[in-house]
Amino acid sequence: MATNAESGDDELQFRDPEKAEQLTDELEALMAEIGEPVNVMHVCGSHEQAIAKFGLRSILPDDLTVRMGPGCPVCVTNMPEVDEAVALAEEGKIVTTYGDMFRVPGTEKSLADARDEGADVRVVYSASEAAEIAEEEPDREVIFFATGFETTAAPTAAVLTSDPPENFSVLSAHKYVPPAMEVVAEMPDTDVDGFLAAGHAATITGYGLFEDFVEEYDTPAVVGGFEPIDVLYALARLLEFIRDDEAGLENAYPRCVSREGNVPAKQQLWEVFDTTSGEWRGIAEIPDANLVLSEDYAHFDARERFDIAVDPGAADPLTEECICGDIMAGKADPDECDLFGEECTPQDPVGACMVSSEGTCKIWLEYGGQPDL
Amino acid sequence: MSDTDDVGEAESSEDNSDDEVITHAHGAGGSQMAELIESLAVSRFAETDADVGLAALDDGSVQPIDDEHSVVVTTDSHVVTPLFFRGGDIGRLAVSGTVNDLAMMGATEPLALTSSLIIEAGTPQSTVERVTESMREACEEAGATVTTGDTKVMGSGEMDTLAINTTGVAVVPKGGHVPDAGLSVGDKLIVSGTVGDHGISLLSEREGFDFGGDLESDVQPVNDLVRAAMDAGEVTAMKDPTRGGLATVLNEMASKADVGIDVEEQSVPVSGPVSSAGEVLGIEPFDVACEGVVVMAVASEDAEAVLNALRDNPKGEDAAIIGDVVEDHTGQVVLDTGFGRRYLSPPEGEQLPRIC
Ligand code: SF4
Ligand code: SF4
Repeated sequence: MATNAESGDDELQFRDPEKAEQLTDELEALMAEIGEPVNVMHVCGSHEQAIAKFGLRSILPDDLTVRMGPGCPVCVTNMPEVDEAVALAEEGKIVTTYGDMFRVPGTEKSLADARDEGADVRVVYSASEAAEIAEEEPDREVIFFATGFETTAAPTAAVLTSDPPENFSVLSAHKYVPPAMEVVAEMPDTDVDGFLAAGHAATITGYGLFEDFVEEYDTPAVVGGFEPIDVLYALARLLEFIRDDEAGLENAYPRCVSREGNVPAKQQLWEVFDTTSGEWRGIAEIPDANLVLSEDYAHFDARERFDIAVDPGAADPLTEECICGDIMAGKADPDECDLFGEECTPQDPVGACMVSSEGTCKIWLEYGGQPDL
Repeated sequence: MSDTDDVGEAESSEDNSDDEVITHAHGAGGSQMAELIESLAVSRFAETDADVGLAALDDGSVQPIDDEHSVVVTTDSHVVTPLFFRGGDIGRLAVSGTVNDLAMMGATEPLALTSSLIIEAGTPQSTVERVTESMREACEEAGATVTTGDTKVMGSGEMDTLAINTTGVAVVPKGGHVPDAGLSVGDKLIVSGTVGDHGISLLSEREGFDFGGDLESDVQPVNDLVRAAMDAGEVTAMKDPTRGGLATVLNEMASKADVGIDVEEQSVPVSGPVSSAGEVLGIEPFDVACEGVVVMAVASEDAEAVLNALRDNPKGEDAAIIGDVVEDHTGQVVLDTGFGRRYLSPPEGEQLPRIC
């Protein structure tokens, strides 16, 4: 990130503890005016990181709960999607993917397991690196198992529009956040009073994207950045909307986010991808929230090109106990899971939330969870 | 993140698919490693009349030799990728690591070191020579010398290039050693230099990130630094944040001594390049190895004097008081981030750079 729109912007000012204190006072005052508990949901692993890393929950008003929703693209990738990638790898094709995806358990195994058994699975840092591998290995089929929200779907689109090699294809597990917010906003027992929207994603899509959402679901949303002051400031703006009972939308991250977002990237994104309905792991079937390759790019679609034989083996019985779904729907915290930190660790993850660096369980384990300090 | 990256996976001798195998996580200094050591060694070897024995899992053991003296022994194997890195190499690492482990027990004058080299066939002789020359230089710096050694050659592909085991021996006055569990409520915690330099620079180099020449390992012997601190005041506990970094050693110290530790994040020295590289890689500088830094608990009335003594030495010029030993949250470390408070938990397993 760090694309400072205004010149002279000093990142450090967003880490000023004095400002933080003013803002927490403001939050206390707003909560007093509201007079009842408030639940806020953010939908971004980087927000969870910032909140946990800086210990912000310890200074938030007691009756203000901030939870992470379906905010990690790795966590919401459905097991059968992992199974598809595993199946392609086991057929002898080169499967490339982001490191975060590498160890996410599928029904029976992860890509890491497949590699241990001899499959050619390679970790890449970008879609373009995957295309380069295809260039270097013209005799092999190279598949990019593409995960991520709008922010990472845009670079995947860019690679596909720039004439990649014939032997390159994409197995898309890209997802689109706004419809998931709608589904979560409607869940009866989730009870979200307002959304802190992801600043990174909005740099591409623009905050204008949330205008319809706010109106239709009568829930306020504020786009926020990732420094501690950004988060506290965005929460204060959100509490103002809640106090006034107003379903407003505000951009509290103007140094990176505009109303329109990155227009060329957006155009590319929608040229390459269509939306379709699909299951988000542990949450629900969500309409229009999965990104699949559009007709014009179908020849690069791994699902079109290959007859993927998914053989869902027996799922690990422990996954029955995993409450990732509840966590991502904002209904539970990681330490409410019986497996947290014991049977389920980053080395030996049971659920996806413990694998990704953006996963709530992993973040809570790393930063010591809910501080009771 | 560890220097044990290439230990490889052990094969089980019997064909027993339920048998657990050793993974990298077992060598990464976290909870899994502690469990492994407990089950492999602690449960097997009898307690002696040691001042500090195996079960203490300290940096070395301390055995009385007569009424006035005790002998301190420590051993360590070193594997690191790459062998030569910015700021040092495996030879410097092997000598510094062992000299520092002795020093962490309060034994700042190493009597003798041993060195055992295991070399993969096909390794250029000049590589090994460069490494041993670097060992010699580090010895000179530490006032130590290698008095016996061993060399083995393994088949090509049976290991990765070069591994070095070093053992160190020193004598201390009886009762003059410093355990890692000696801290008590009221003590101040001091760190002798910037943290995370070794781990973050190695990781950046391994991942092929170029953050400019500023990022380099801090690998160095620090026995002179420790001596200066001990002369200046009462050092109650010491540990060097190697595997698992600052977060791990503070948690170990807290839980061994049954005390709590409060740390002020802002006061922990972290160099600019390390903190920016850490942000880019998504790795906390507190979670990775340092190879030339000491964490010590010091009686509060001596804290300033010890701090000044450290700062008088160029290796300790960034030394800082980073926190307090407290009664609350026994066994845990709480970090005041300047915004809020959270636990500083030890890292779980290997630290891998962020990808997303
Ligand atoms: S892709 Fe970026 S903006 Fe989206 S959830 Fe992940 S970190 Fe947040
Ligand atoms: S701790 Fe593990 S098993 Fe439990 S919810 Fe999180 S990822 Fe799932």
